[in-house]
Amino acid sequence: MTERFLGKDLLGLEPLTANQIRFILDTAEPFKEVSERTIKKVPTLRGQTIVNLFFEASTRTRISFEFAEKRLSADTVNVAAAGSSVEKGETLVDTARNLEAMRIDMVVMRHPSSGAAQFLAERIRSNVVNAGDGTHEHPTQGLLDLLTLRDKFGRIEGLKVCICGDILHSRVARSNIWGLLKLGAEVAVCGPASLLPLGIEDLGVTVFRRIEDAIQWADALNVLRLQLERMHAGFLPSLREYNRVFGVTVERLEKAPREMVILHPGPMNRGVEIDSRVADGPHSVILDQVTNGVAVRMAVLYLLAGGRPELAEAAKGSGGEANE
Amino acid sequence: MVVAGTRNALLDARGVQRALQRMARGIVEFAEGTDRLVLVGIHRRGPELTERLARLIEAEEGVSVPRGSLDITLYRDDVGTIGPRRVVGETHLPENVDGKCVVIVDDVLYTGRTVRAALDELTDFGRPARIGLAALIDRGGRELPIQADIVGKTVPAQPGDRVDVFLQEVDGRDAVELVRGEGGGGK
Amino acid sequence: MKPLLIRGGRVIDPSQGYDAVADVLLVDGRIAGLGSGLGAPDGAEIVDARGKAVAPGLIDLHVHFREPGREDVETVATGARAAAAGGFTAVCPMPNTDPVTDNQAAVGFIVKQAQAAGAARVYPIGAISLGQKGQQLAEFGELVGAGAVAVSDDGQPVVSSHLMRMALAYARAFDIPVADHCEDPTLKANGVMHEGLVSTRLGLRGIPAAAEQIMVARDLLLAELTGGHVHLCHVSTRGSVELIRRAKEKGIRVTAEATPHHLTLTDQACEGYNTNAKMNPPLREAADVAALRAGVKDGTIDVIATDHAPHHYDAKEREFDDAPFGIVGLETALGLGMTELVQGRVLTLPELIERMSTAPARVFHLPGGSLKPGSPGDVVIFDPEVRWRVDPTRFYSKSRNTPFAGRELAGRVVRTVVGGLTVHRGEVA
Repeated sequence: MTERFLGKDLLGLEPLTANQIRFILDTAEPFKEVSERTIKKVPTLRGQTIVNLFFEASTRTRISFEFAEKRLSADTVNVAAAGSSVEKGETLVDTARNLEAMRIDMVVMRHPSSGAAQFLAERIRSNVVNAGDGTHEHPTQGLLDLLTLRDKFGRIEGLKVCICGDILHSRVARSNIWGLLKLGAEVAVCGPASLLPLGIEDLGVTVFRRIEDAIQWADALNVLRLQLERMHAGFLPSLREYNRVFGVTVERLEKAPREMVILHPGPMNRGVEIDSRVADGPHSVILDQVTNGVAVRMAVLYLLAGGRPELAEAAKGSGGEANE
Repeated sequence: MVVAGTRNALLDARGVQRALQRMARGIVEFAEGTDRLVLVGIHRRGPELTERLARLIEAEEGVSVPRGSLDITLYRDDVGTIGPRRVVGETHLPENVDGKCVVIVDDVLYTGRTVRAALDELTDFGRPARIGLAALIDRGGRELPIQADIVGKTVPAQPGDRVDVFLQEVDGRDAVELVRGEGGGGK
Repeated sequence: MKPLLIRGGRVIDPSQGYDAVADVLLVDGRIAGLGSGLGAPDGAEIVDARGKAVAPGLIDLHVHFREPGREDVETVATGARAAAAGGFTAVCPMPNTDPVTDNQAAVGFIVKQAQAAGAARVYPIGAISLGQKGQQLAEFGELVGAGAVAVSDDGQPVVSSHLMRMALAYARAFDIPVADHCEDPTLKANGVMHEGLVSTRLGLRGIPAAAEQIMVARDLLLAELTGGHVHLCHVSTRGSVELIRRAKEKGIRVTAEATPHHLTLTDQACEGYNTNAKMNPPLREAADVAALRAGVKDGTIDVIATDHAPHHYDAKEREFDDAPFGIVGLETALGLGMTELVQGRVLTLPELIERMSTAPARVFHLPGGSLKPGSPGDVVIFDPEVRWRVDPTRFYSKSRNTPFAGRELAGRVVRTVVGGLTVHRGEVA
């Protein structure tokens, strides 16, 4: 395998094939081992400069990427910028050009506007990893959720996964939907209708109106964080009511016909979308998700840090893989 | 005479067996006994050779030698040029390597770059007292100042040639073959 | 001024049901004759229009020229010139300039700028409310006296039903239409494209079709209540078309427009976050396009108007959420009409001309839209067959924001005549 297997950028899971997604997950496995070593570092991306360009506050994702970058021996620079172009006064185009001029190798970007990652990727030569663009996609989260499910169940195909919560505003939900469908899972969503986007069934997804029905059906629940802002914007009356009607509680899980696996992208609103006893309980794989997150991000950065294909051609004459 | 593409047998199954027997003894001598000896095979085929050598040593010395395996893909020096490659094998080292005599086992020693990567990776795990290299085939053509301490067979090969090692566990048979390339070419 | 004889073209005049190969004679800035074998008066310029179509100049009831306020993206002069290049001999610019065109001096300024430009005629639309703030009525009488032909707060909806009712009633005194941009602001909220499967996939906030239909229904009821003439701008949904059709059956005084882009594109054009597909109302679904086409065919939609909305290249070169709404349209309207509607077998060529010239004149009571002798000498000569590729860098407009760049269209203007004078000569195909 030479050249850029993933292309120049990772913008989302929708454009990837099932093979590409599986390849990333397979590549993540050896990186898990690296994080278990005493010296948690491999020299693979030594000398590469990676900028974490975060236009939205995010501690966990940024830290996860930073660990991934540093464990690959890359040089990391964190840039925390104000939200939209309008707010900060420097357009995304200009930001892109400045980064290009500094000859950085990769950009990991989180931005409040859907499509911002693609916008940047089209304008700079560096690799761009989408760490979340508006409500569009959060591909590395989708990938680590897939890896966690695969570790737990041994497969994705035929698995029944229900994503619960504010699907309308969730990029995590969308990435999960794409990844799970492509790998052959059955996907459902569950939440108040005011938080379900138009046309969601047309994506190939079942809709459950009641969390109890979702629990009867699913092998795993991916529970999304419910944000306070949604209440203020009139999408639902209160977080308390949400918990009463849709919360993943111990009582509700007790009625599940099988051992349920619980995922959550974090950070959790304990007592809103998920009860503490569930989050900390035996069914929860939330901490595995975090561990897998670093490995998946290492795999993505590794696979994108591509060579230059013309050099690969020249190097082929020197005997190749088996003989060194 | 020399025709491009021809395949010449260097070792047959019996030849491989003899070479491994000799190497097993050479390793024990190199390590001055089995007390501190650890064998580490480099994927691919290194781990299988390691297993065989360990069993041969156990037959002779009555001692089970700790063994491990290394995948050096993440330590390659050509990620920037050729690009990322698939990581195929597990990296697993037995216990602590500090103060041990670690013998790296590889099927073919050529440019030396794989061994350099293995040395880097090994030293990230600890500080062996001594590191040695055992290679089934040394085909010359070094690009780095690396030498094998224990060699099964030395084969002078041209840059365009390919040396193929087949092992029962992986390929269904034991053999070493030389495939002639276009004379001279390559890098 | 030299007389102008346009000879041998296919003359299409929907105002008379005329469609035949004939000559058209213009003298002293007016249509003097229409028929075959017309003689050329002394000194006349003779234009050979064989193989071409000849029609009354196109009239666009809905454009945005950014003067005063944003002369960097379009002025009255550049807009009028772009109109002429598109075959338009008259246009009506909306008053959402900076400052808003809500008083007679502002209207007079635009008229003056247009006269100086000497390209297409410009009939300004005045604001409904002062500053377009939706609170106090502007002085319609003053606006009309200075040259305004309609009033609108376009850019915004008229949110207050009371104000809209007052406007419709008050406008009756001046016999002008009240043009509304139909949109419920709380449903539109901060949506940036049509709410549907595409917006869900792209993760962009959607504007539901209902946002338009609610205000269309309201405006129809108010027109019925007041007996006033409501003109519905840029209709985009099948639900709206249905409401309008039923209202017309009841005799309500409603006229409606649809844009060439809403008759051509769907929300799929937003794929890849293409900001040149971002406009308000947004591009909708295939069923909406089909309903709009049927509406244009059966006259539910009276006119085709471009909603020409120039924006700076930098403004559109940003994240989809932040890019401004709108695309230019004057220089692609006829080509799109020919290719999508006539060659697409939705309209005949005379029907297209009716919707783009005769009907606009009728709806806003403007001179033109006809080749009857005595009509203004406003004529468009175009080649209905020639294929050309849209190249925004060659637009006469200052702005380039179009989703049709690179698209091949059939039908191109050869010459535009206003008041007997040639104001545009097309490139040789």
